Amino acid sequence: MSAATEIKTLIIDGKDVSARPEQTVLEVARENGIEIPTLCHLDGLTDVGACRLCLIEIKGQTKLQPACVTRVEEGMEVQSDSERLRKHRRTIIELLFAERNHICSVCVANGNCELQSLSQELGVTHVRLPYRNPELTVDASHERFTCDHNRCILCTRCVRVCAEIEGAHVWDVMGRGAGCRVITDLAQPWGESSCTRCGKCVQVCPTGALYEKGKVGIERPKHPEFLPYLNLMREAQ
Amino acid sequence: MTKTITIDPVTRLEGHGKITIELDARGEVKTAHFHVTQVRGFEKFSEGRPFYEMPALMARICGICPVSHLLASAKACEAIMAVEIPETAAQLRRMLNLAQMVQSHALSFFYLSSPDLLLGMDSDPAARHIFTVAASYPELGRAGVGLRRFGQHIIELLGDKRIHPGWVVPGGVTEPLTVAKRDEILGMLLDARVAVQLALRSYKEITYRFEDEIAHFANFPSMFLGLVNGDESAEFTDGALRLIDANGKIIEDGIRAKRFTEVMGEAVEPYSYTKFVYYKPFGYPEGCFRVGPLARLNIVKTMGTHLADAELRQFKQLENGPVRSSFHYHYARLIEMLHGIEKIEEILNDPLILDKHVRATAGVNRLEGAGQAEAPRGTLMHHYKVDEDGKMTWANLMVATGLNNNAMNQGVLQAARFFVKEGRLSEGILNRMEAVVRTFDPCLSCSTHAWGKMPLLIELKDAEGKQIGEARR
Repeated sequence: MSAATEIKTLIIDGKDVSARPEQTVLEVARENGIEIPTLCHLDGLTDVGACRLCLIEIKGQTKLQPACVTRVEEGMEVQSDSERLRKHRRTIIELLFAERNHICSVCVANGNCELQSLSQELGVTHVRLPYRNPELTVDASHERFTCDHNRCILCTRCVRVCAEIEGAHVWDVMGRGAGCRVITDLAQPWGESSCTRCGKCVQVCPTGALYEKGKVGIERPKHPEFLPYLNLMREAQ
Repeated sequence: MTKTITIDPVTRLEGHGKITIELDARGEVKTAHFHVTQVRGFEKFSEGRPFYEMPALMARICGICPVSHLLASAKACEAIMAVEIPETAAQLRRMLNLAQMVQSHALSFFYLSSPDLLLGMDSDPAARHIFTVAASYPELGRAGVGLRRFGQHIIELLGDKRIHPGWVVPGGVTEPLTVAKRDEILGMLLDARVAVQLALRSYKEITYRFEDEIAHFANFPSMFLGLVNGDESAEFTDGALRLIDANGKIIEDGIRAKRFTEVMGEAVEPYSYTKFVYYKPFGYPEGCFRVGPLARLNIVKTMGTHLADAELRQFKQLENGPVRSSFHYHYARLIEMLHGIEKIEEILNDPLILDKHVRATAGVNRLEGAGQAEAPRGTLMHHYKVDEDGKMTWANLMVATGLNNNAMNQGVLQAARFFVKEGRLSEGILNRMEAVVRTFDPCLSCSTHAWGKMPLLIELKDAEGKQIGEARR
């Protein structure tokens, strides 16, 4: 089989693009300078399609598909931006804000938060849904880090980075629906868990849910961009 | 038949308050109260949060003096961490606090009180505001705006934001000062000093018009409390508290935050959401005292800077012993602004200020800690308790307005007794009732402030509470 046959061609937002068959629509779009908003996706981790922010329209399908887990197909016609998609994306952000207690003004991630930046980019000026204001706990038992469930959006980046990159699989998810929580080990306090203290989960957390103790606001930019390099170096070995 | 006069809301204050004056059958003033009519709840909803989030959270109490809450809170956190912050960080914080002092005093003096002082207590209420001041006294108007900008801009340079800077953290500050920023601040000092000196000259020219107000605006013997340095000079950020009696005798000296929590009690009155802080050994209400600019100048021997010291000497000549008339809060405020500008220059001229080591780190080393600082309107104290993970289990805040609460109430009563005679009322008299409270520059909600535009309603009620008359501004 020649290399040429492995190339798929498709159209994203009216632009002709080509891709390798194993690529996702999100990857190809970003390679071609087309920005699709994401929260649970992070380069270097497997995708789970949890946040649904990257939903796209595909010609011939009535269902919207998440770009991060949709493989490219020959002749595919993709729309990554439309009034319908923008409306859905804004609603998703509003649902995230309404679900837990996100108080940007006093949050440690204020100014460095992906949820906050996305809501600004998508023009979420207010939340139309009633806030649930759940009573959630803060796990400050760890020597170096804190987990504040009030700010967790259940993107599971922490779960994936811990299992896939660090190989420790300390983080996991417990419960269903509104009772869903990220947990360490079998829901033990973080400080008493088998955590290796590497801090990768903190670096990939898009909000202020996981953060370094004592670090606040402007002094706390995260650096999730290390992941692809880490993967590359490991593959090279 | 008893009558009650209600002034609601009290205008040109930071927050929402109300004054009621009760008259007896002869139309003479029986009692008068200053009510704070709102509740915030910060002490409660901080519970469960990690302690190092407290400075940023507590600063949200106030948009005028967030720096004071930042500092008191950070110091309480440092007591929990059991660390001493680097000297450069302490000096940077001191400068931040002084900048806030200047901008907040400028707000109080120029925006909120100068309409009364320059245009007159009885002037047309529709025109009694800062815009008329600016139109009639353009130089003073510019000075007021300029001084507020000066203070706010320093806060912005240091902390990246004019309001609620995130720069002050438990252990110090997040970023050291750069040469460029230092030089920019140094370049702003001259204009600011000239502006305060102009205000001081103008103020002294008009005080002769306010003899009655000086005599009856919360003019009574009381104790005074404020921070002071070991060398008896003025201090706003560190140092220790000193409590003096009405004759200037020191009752207790060297009060650190921990001691403060032991000797200060809080009383509750049914008519106000703000508590009444008192010195426990003397009980309530005998143990009440005054804080703020007047108290701070009464307790120090020197301001510690050249020009402000010259003014302090004149200030001390006003009365024999501690100055008792709360009207002189205005004068004290101007002197503190002058001192702030001089002190900022002194701090910036020390090369130490550019040192890069500005933060100490530590975990939870104590389960309880308290911190105190001088807010523009008086002493502020934050007291926290945490669990072993550093999560807040309890918080108590004693704010300047609570410390001055009893004095403000006494002041309103004193002024009402003098100005309200035989049930006679006029708009100017009501304005004086509000002006008594304004001298203290209280921060009621600490986040809202209103001036001029809000309606002033006075209701006359008989003993059964039936309204028998009203006046509206």
